[in-house]
Amino acid sequence: MLLSIRNLSKSFPGTLALDDVDFELRAGEVHALLGENGAGKSTLIKCLTGAYRRDSGEIRLEGNPISPASTSEAQELGIGTVYQEVNLLPNLTVAQNLTFGREPRRFGLVDGRAQRKMAQEMLSGYNLDIDVGRDLGAYSVAIQQIVAIARAVALSGKVLILDEPTASLDAAEVRMLFDVVRDLRDQGLGIVFVSHFLDQVFEICDRLTVLRNGRKITTEVVADLDRLTLIEHMLGRELEEATEHEAAQKDPHSRSRPELLRFEGIGRDGVVEPFDMTVHKGEVIGLAGLLGSGRTESAELMFGVRASQGGRTRDADGPVAHGNPREAIQSGFGFAPEDRKTDGIVADLSVRENIILALQAHRGWTRPIPRSEQNRLADEYIAKLDIRTSDAEKAIGDLSGGNQQKVVLARWLAMNPRFLILDEPTRGIDVGAHAEILRLIHEMTGQGMAVLVISSEFDELIAVADRVIVLRDRRHTGELSGSDVTSDAIVREIARDDADPRTQRGAA
Amino acid sequence: MKRSFRRVLPQLLTLAALMALVTLFFPQFLSIDYAGGRLSGPVIDVLKRGAPVALLAVGMTLVIATRGIDLSVGTIMAISGAVAAWALSSGWGAGPAVILAVGAGLVCGLWNGCLVAIVGIQPIVATLILMTSGRGIAQLITEGRILTFDAGPFAWLGSGILLGLPVPVFIWVLTAVGVAALMRRTALGLLVESIGINRSASALAGVNATVLLIAVYMASGLCAALAGIIATADIRGADANNAGLWLELDAILAVVIGGTSLLGGRFSVAASVLGAMIIQTIDTGILLAGFPSEYNLVIKAGLVLMILLIQSPNLVGHWHFLRHSLRRDPDASPRGAKS
Repeated sequence: MLLSIRNLSKSFPGTLALDDVDFELRAGEVHALLGENGAGKSTLIKCLTGAYRRDSGEIRLEGNPISPASTSEAQELGIGTVYQEVNLLPNLTVAQNLTFGREPRRFGLVDGRAQRKMAQEMLSGYNLDIDVGRDLGAYSVAIQQIVAIARAVALSGKVLILDEPTASLDAAEVRMLFDVVRDLRDQGLGIVFVSHFLDQVFEICDRLTVLRNGRKITTEVVADLDRLTLIEHMLGRELEEATEHEAAQKDPHSRSRPELLRFEGIGRDGVVEPFDMTVHKGEVIGLAGLLGSGRTESAELMFGVRASQGGRTRDADGPVAHGNPREAIQSGFGFAPEDRKTDGIVADLSVRENIILALQAHRGWTRPIPRSEQNRLADEYIAKLDIRTSDAEKAIGDLSGGNQQKVVLARWLAMNPRFLILDEPTRGIDVGAHAEILRLIHEMTGQGMAVLVISSEFDELIAVADRVIVLRDRRHTGELSGSDVTSDAIVREIARDDADPRTQRGAA
Repeated sequence: MKRSFRRVLPQLLTLAALMALVTLFFPQFLSIDYAGGRLSGPVIDVLKRGAPVALLAVGMTLVIATRGIDLSVGTIMAISGAVAAWALSSGWGAGPAVILAVGAGLVCGLWNGCLVAIVGIQPIVATLILMTSGRGIAQLITEGRILTFDAGPFAWLGSGILLGLPVPVFIWVLTAVGVAALMRRTALGLLVESIGINRSASALAGVNATVLLIAVYMASGLCAALAGIIATADIRGADANNAGLWLELDAILAVVIGGTSLLGGRFSVAASVLGAMIIQTIDTGILLAGFPSEYNLVIKAGLVLMILLIQSPNLVGHWHFLRHSLRRDPDASPRGAKS
């Protein structure tokens, strides 16, 4: 066994990030490490590469216990890592990057010719025909990835960890990268492959280990595993469990309600394939899919955060503009983004100011909302949404996550939009606030507002959505409605392995 | 009203303490004479000489509130002064000269704003471009000479007297009051603060961050143009090399003394102009107290450092931390040895 981890635990204040995890890596295999957000993948990798110190457990490399205290120590021991964001220096040449820290010297100065020769030797065997004297930044991300791999292999040479290496590569580049990975595997390296593209896992990996909530769920041989079982492992739901969540308030006829908006051909290359979506008055649409499937990106296209390439949107009265957030708001859209801290709250402003911000921006700067009206709005929503704050003048940054989320919701409710997009509205908030936000969603749709909810909690979608659109690999692939909305059906839809529609589309 | 008074209280106290300190060295500091229809005395002098920095600080406050910085204001002073002097020496009247100078300031602000908001260059770099190249532009306008002009209505803007007080005092006070009112009586203040704290969240809430950013840099350019007009009118000539030289740093300092964070967000125009007056009081005070001139800058730096330290909310924290770590130090070492 090349690398073996036994009973590894790591906790952070308030959370147990890794709980008694075992992991084994053989020489000459590609081993996938899978799990949803917060499963503990990155913590495990950081413990391996010395970025974190583990609390307990042991790591053995070729039988010898190790405990790297820094990434450079891990590198010397033989564990190299390549991240999604290439961590090399784009403004240095390829040769300088490859030899960084161990430049060949002559008379105390860097010997440029020897340096280039050394770099060329490091790159031989990678099937790369590039000029090592040029800046690294001049090459594509895929080539930068391979250069990073070459450097990691040359420095370490036993274990190679690839953390989301394909996230920003196109299909041809992925193939190029995989050829390199296969070569290295055949040379006897142990490769840990972290990705949320399951197709790629099935293509290149020999074994896989699934983590969930900081625990190891299983290690399986990829060839013996089908997608459905794998996704069940990752999401951790027994299929039978689903039935009890069948929500009584679901309206199977939501689609027979009057039509509110019709999106046609909204999409963008490399973000989400063009999709159509019809939104009806007073309905809740759920968007389900694994991490990276294009859920958030779909919402961003609809709200104009990213511009759609082509496509059009109409309502009963004609075209609807949503090319940028301000246009979308003009058209009666609202969007509570996934990352509350960076995109939602304005931390130093008060609760009152955060609530009125969108409304004020909409009215324009020349028509300030009178202070008495501001206070009335703030008090109204603080009471209505049960926002726990000592008073409306407290900075929103001082509130708990759930209450911050309620303030962001209040900001949009004050606008009275007709179509509200909520991206992970309950992430990171406590159970009480969670139930309350779901109740609020129902209340809003009662008044005719249509709501689009993105969530990785299928239970939540089942509880709240009239129908659920399923995404896979940046495509809208299916839709479930009425009594078909069960977590069983959602998981099946996500796992459905039809022939790659991309090739079909190309052939048609 | 009570809130805004509490906001500027530290600056008011600092200013009062400084004035007391200067009076200690130079007892006539607070005396004001009235002769020939004009008030005169060191305090009046501070109010007048502080005009350029106070004006620059007004615009700089808005820029810094958006998490930006404008290094080019000193240069914009030189450009607008050169434009005004050129217009006067070409035979234009005072009115057109002022309009042209203000227009030049607005164009400079527009340039900075576009670089920051549209091209996306970091503010410190974007405004550095105009800071360095602008002096060249000003020299091209004056053709490398110091353009002088005769006393007239334009010169009155720099050295005239209105209701017993120097005209520049009215210009900076009215500008500060006007800008503060514009910010707080409309929603501009809130929107500027919100893009300074979190541009991405503000844009998603529908705030037009791009237009606001450009507007803020244009406001800074406008204030710099007014400062340039005063400086030029005062000496009746445009000196492309020295007008407004290094004043951008005094303006930034004034904003910082005024307690607006360089990280953007909450701002107070009133506190910033008080900051400008604090700086001018130090400058004038050192001269009046009769220190040899070579000590001036060192004393100024020391006083500024002291003011910033006293105003820092972190000071209390640092003090606790220091005491805490000193006390913990002896028993910390054995624990370190164990691990």
